[in-house]
Amino acid sequence: MLSEIMMIPMIAALMLLLAIIVGLFFLGLDRKIAARFQSRIGPPIVQPFRDLVKLLAKETIVPDNAIGWLFNLAPVIALASALLLILYLPFLGVAPILSGYGDLILVLYLLMLPALAIAIGGFASGNNYATVGAQRKLIMMLSYEFPLAVLVMAVVWKTSSMFPDLQGFTFSTFMQHPVLTLVGPVGGFGVVLLIVTILIALCAELIKGPFDNPEADTELAGGVLVDYSGRNLALFLLSDAVKLCAFITLVIGLLLPCSLGDMFSSFMYTGWLAIAANVVFFFVKFTVIAILGLTFVRVAFARLKINQATKFFWLVSAGISLLGLLLISLDSMM
Amino acid sequence: MRQTNTFKKSLWVFHLNTGSCNGCDIEIVATLTPRYDAERFGIKLVGTPRHADVLIATGPVTKEMADRAKRVYEQMPEPKYVMCVGSCGSTGGVFYDSYNTLGGIDKIIPVDVYVPGCPPRPEAIIHAFVKLWEKMDKKAEKSRPVKKRKQANKNKTVNKDKTVKRSKIVNKRSTILTKRITEQK
Ligand code: SF4
Repeated sequence: MLSEIMMIPMIAALMLLLAIIVGLFFLGLDRKIAARFQSRIGPPIVQPFRDLVKLLAKETIVPDNAIGWLFNLAPVIALASALLLILYLPFLGVAPILSGYGDLILVLYLLMLPALAIAIGGFASGNNYATVGAQRKLIMMLSYEFPLAVLVMAVVWKTSSMFPDLQGFTFSTFMQHPVLTLVGPVGGFGVVLLIVTILIALCAELIKGPFDNPEADTELAGGVLVDYSGRNLALFLLSDAVKLCAFITLVIGLLLPCSLGDMFSSFMYTGWLAIAANVVFFFVKFTVIAILGLTFVRVAFARLKINQATKFFWLVSAGISLLGLLLISLDSMM
Repeated sequence: MRQTNTFKKSLWVFHLNTGSCNGCDIEIVATLTPRYDAERFGIKLVGTPRHADVLIATGPVTKEMADRAKRVYEQMPEPKYVMCVGSCGSTGGVFYDSYNTLGGIDKIIPVDVYVPGCPPRPEAIIHAFVKLWEKMDKKAEKSRPVKKRKQANKNKTVNKDKTVKRSKIVNKRSTILTKRITEQK
């Protein structure tokens, strides 16, 4: 009994460690592939690990006109909430560890928390650039939250209308019955549109590519993070890595939860093999989404102005997601 | 020692223009382009002095800029280094007798490496980074306890033998090469 109680925290700790490592690794891969796109050689893939070690070796400065405790607390909140998010998501393609204690709505709120923490840190640092960056971050959050909500609505509605006796708002339901298998060709197109919306939101959530206004190095001198250094910056780097993991896992868990293991199980079921196949397949999906949704978009498009980005989210992105919802509902009427 | 090792693999750089003609600045940007790609050594240009390990300063320091340059230097977290790119920053360069410049960045903040040239080539700037790393090593060496230093020196003599051997081999090769070339002629 005791060992069982100990098991879950152990697995959770291992998972979080893995999430950090995978996240940092993919940040490095992102930089490497972006460099290859620009026909540069690029930094080695382990570069984020090296940056992290170096940042930990540096002095941590708290500016005079910052609100000290809030300034130091913000990176901790950002990292902690991102880590908590991982526990609620089907990371590695296995059912989420905390699945009984909360559902998709909670995940949506947790998703906001790292972004809020960054904005709070920006406001607390008392720097003009950081304040502008934090405002941009908040505006951005208000904009991409709506398409995301529509998307979640569409998926949940479809699943729960097909299986009314299952719990609608949990990832294990989506894993049992992936949306793509529930819809016909028209609805399939709708799901593809939803994937496009969530990939657009991915860049905004991770403050990358065309939506990196809050951190814009060239105009805001680092934006929200302008006054952070040393340990605090390292924590933000870590939370960035975990956030990358969490958000891509969210994409996979919501829209592409199909697993190889289930297909395997029909003819060669041995527990570990199925799990291993699942994990490998998860990472294949993860890599494809990271490169197509993040690196490619980041290299191909220049930064939008903040008003353009907001307009883009409220008109184009929201439009696409609503169209996806419409197509899925049309599909179920046919 | 350890700290400098982490710096060797990841060095974030903040660029400050203290009144340069923009020639050196373009050359710094050229160091990051696909041809030279300083990012493969972990050297990254950052937007704020708070993230930076190295301050790259260009220009002869106009009087207007002096206080600000000092302030930017003070905003950087320890340990920090300063690299001065261009003749202007080193000595005042073509503006050496101007009434409005201080003539050199080392007049206001301590400089670790100088890169001469008007403007210096990107190769020279990358070379300066190598020099900076060497300097970090030396600094770390000096701050180490004597006992360890002696041990390290012993190791060094071993290395010297190797380098002597290697240089002999290189010499042989080069003489063979020159012979061949003269024969061809
Ligand atoms: S050294 Fe030459 S290129 Fe550089 S700032 Fe001075 S005048 Fe311009």
